[in-house]
Amino acid sequence: MRKNPRYLFWLIIGLTILAVFINLPKVSNVHFANRTFNFDSNSILAALKINKVLMFREGLDLKGGTSLVLRADMKNIASDQRSNALNSAKTVIENRVNLFGVSEPLVQTSIANSDYRIIVEIPGVTDVNQIRTLIGTTAQLTFWEEVASSSAKIDSPDVINVGGVYFKKTNLTGSDLKQTSVGFSQNTGKPEVELLFTSEGAKKFAEITKRNVGKILAIALDRNFISTPKVNQEITSDRAVIEGNFTSDEANQLSTQLNAGALPVPLVILSSSIIEPTLGSSSLAKSLFAGVLGFIIIVIFMTILYKKLGLIASLALTLYALFVLAIFKLSSITPYGITLTLSGIAGFILSIGMAVDANILIFERMKEELRQGKSHETAIELGFTRAWTSIRDSTISTLITSFVLYAFGTGMVKGFALVLAIGVLVSMFSAIVVTRTFLRLIYK
Amino acid sequence: MKLDIVGKKYWYFLLSLIIIIPGIISLLLFGLNLSIEFTGGSRLTFVSSKEVSQNQISALKSVFEQNQIKVASIEKSGNSVFVRSGPVDEKQDLVITAEIKNKVGDFKQESYETVGPTIGGETLRNAIYALVIASVLIVIYITWSFRSVPKPTSSFRFGVCAIIALIHDVLVLLGIFSIFGHFFGVEIDSLFVTAVLTVIGFSVHDTIVVFDRIRENLKRVGGENFAEVVNDSILQTLDRSLNTSLTVVLVLVSLLIFGGETIRWFVAALLIGVVSGTYSSIFNASPLLVIWQEILQRRIKK
Repeated sequence: MRKNPRYLFWLIIGLTILAVFINLPKVSNVHFANRTFNFDSNSILAALKINKVLMFREGLDLKGGTSLVLRADMKNIASDQRSNALNSAKTVIENRVNLFGVSEPLVQTSIANSDYRIIVEIPGVTDVNQIRTLIGTTAQLTFWEEVASSSAKIDSPDVINVGGVYFKKTNLTGSDLKQTSVGFSQNTGKPEVELLFTSEGAKKFAEITKRNVGKILAIALDRNFISTPKVNQEITSDRAVIEGNFTSDEANQLSTQLNAGALPVPLVILSSSIIEPTLGSSSLAKSLFAGVLGFIIIVIFMTILYKKLGLIASLALTLYALFVLAIFKLSSITPYGITLTLSGIAGFILSIGMAVDANILIFERMKEELRQGKSHETAIELGFTRAWTSIRDSTISTLITSFVLYAFGTGMVKGFALVLAIGVLVSMFSAIVVTRTFLRLIYK
Repeated sequence: MKLDIVGKKYWYFLLSLIIIIPGIISLLLFGLNLSIEFTGGSRLTFVSSKEVSQNQISALKSVFEQNQIKVASIEKSGNSVFVRSGPVDEKQDLVITAEIKNKVGDFKQESYETVGPTIGGETLRNAIYALVIASVLIVIYITWSFRSVPKPTSSFRFGVCAIIALIHDVLVLLGIFSIFGHFFGVEIDSLFVTAVLTVIGFSVHDTIVVFDRIRENLKRVGGENFAEVVNDSILQTLDRSLNTSLTVVLVLVSLLIFGGETIRWFVAALLIGVVSGTYSSIFNASPLLVIWQEILQRRIKK
């Protein structure tokens, strides 16, 4: 494994510059040498036409907010329709959460022990009553017909005014809808949404379409219009299609929303927890401060113990911290975004400890070899090869623990495991590649 | 003069027992003070405009009891009342909040957290699964990775001894936190589970470093004088073990002092675990290898 240290050196320098670049916060209007600089690593993403934002994603314990685990009651839903119903319920919750206007809410589904669940995280909202509105009512799908403004009772809850056009609620509701699906138009080949009504629903639908040919029949979920198709002709069968310039994603989304009305599932709270944001941000500041302090302590301690070697290890550790932070930030543009939580930060600090340990192992080994009268260069190489087996075995056993934790853990434990795994992998790189390259260059 | 750690091994085991036995007694007597994350239950906070009186607290309690909800604890601090109780679902919560307003006084509900019993049991079960599976995998890995150790030792023993040291550390941690839980009300929550799992990682990490040295020395000099090889290996890695632990301990102490209230007990658990992990890898895991070897040899002689 004896590569030219110079190449590795430049590789490390390159990675460092990249990591610093990624980690730098947005800088604007910096005056330097009579010029103004603006800097934002996200501008590169924009230039590359990647529609995402690089950022540190903070967990609820840092930002404050509410996390909920909801159970969908599936006893009235046929077993083959259950996962559709779960997705629809998720869509309903998403719509309601979006009304809170918070950034980055998280709504996920999970099936555990034949329990159908929806996990909701809403940053910034801690009001109990506001949370209740999320699940207070089962989703209502309603159909609305266009009426002349003169005949409409404007103050009635059954009339909605959309841009000067009045819609009146019909007697057709989600319970008249059996199910919906996405198909493709036989004429145009474009995606379309197919509705299948119950026999009762088909009768109501026939009456409504008969008196509304050429007009709009709007469909609302929780009183928000999700589709406004025009009635082309009277439909007497139990099937109808909504055509439009849909992409398949749009058609799927509409179908899922409609299903929420067709397959209503009551939701109950399995668990809810509220994290006060003030507590969150103050504990973040404290943890960061403690982290920086801990880092300074390590640098001082290593320098006292190992003199010049300790300084090199400290440099390697600094790079280590930069790399890990860059990976956290980069992950935000991948589907596997890492959320920083308090336990994650603790995992990060612990992995710094393990990175230090790798260096200490190597240095102690080098000291021993030097004591036996070997030259600096031989001592460096022997120090690394001899320490390697224990670094390898301990790294692998930590990785085993992290993987098991990730597989079995819930929420916070998962975040911790992910950070720990990334931490030990980067720490191995930092000890074996970075420290070694610097040492070789110095003692050459 | 060489330090003889292996020779005094029974003293070190005794020290471990002195720490572990009170913990085990506490575990048997008081158990663990599990948070609602594991037991299922609710945590509710009510805020009044005035200082809360003792009468109001009793009235609050009876509202819960009339609704068939077991109250685990009620604490007040100024205008706020914190209630820990059996699971309260959101419908019961509405009823209770309304009744409190009618019967007890002008209270506003400030927070409502609840964990259903199913999800609580699941979290605990998952944590125990993770513990057992990780241990088994680590024994398998060590057995495989140390397969080259010369006879008469066997790599399987290294794996088992590493896990015994690990169980030692977990027992130390659980015992101390059982005592903390009983006397200071410290709760076992999922952060604590994270701490236990981290300590497991650290403990095995530490043990492996010593074992790695034993493996290397065994290959060089053979397994004839096993006790001496183990003792030498412990001494050769002692500097490293102490320096590493000291670094980690320093970082943890800075987290403990400055890291804020939310992670205080988490950091305390890590600190105890790291110290115990270092101790067990030096004074328990390696001497155990020697005892195992001696027992086998005695049997052969008979």
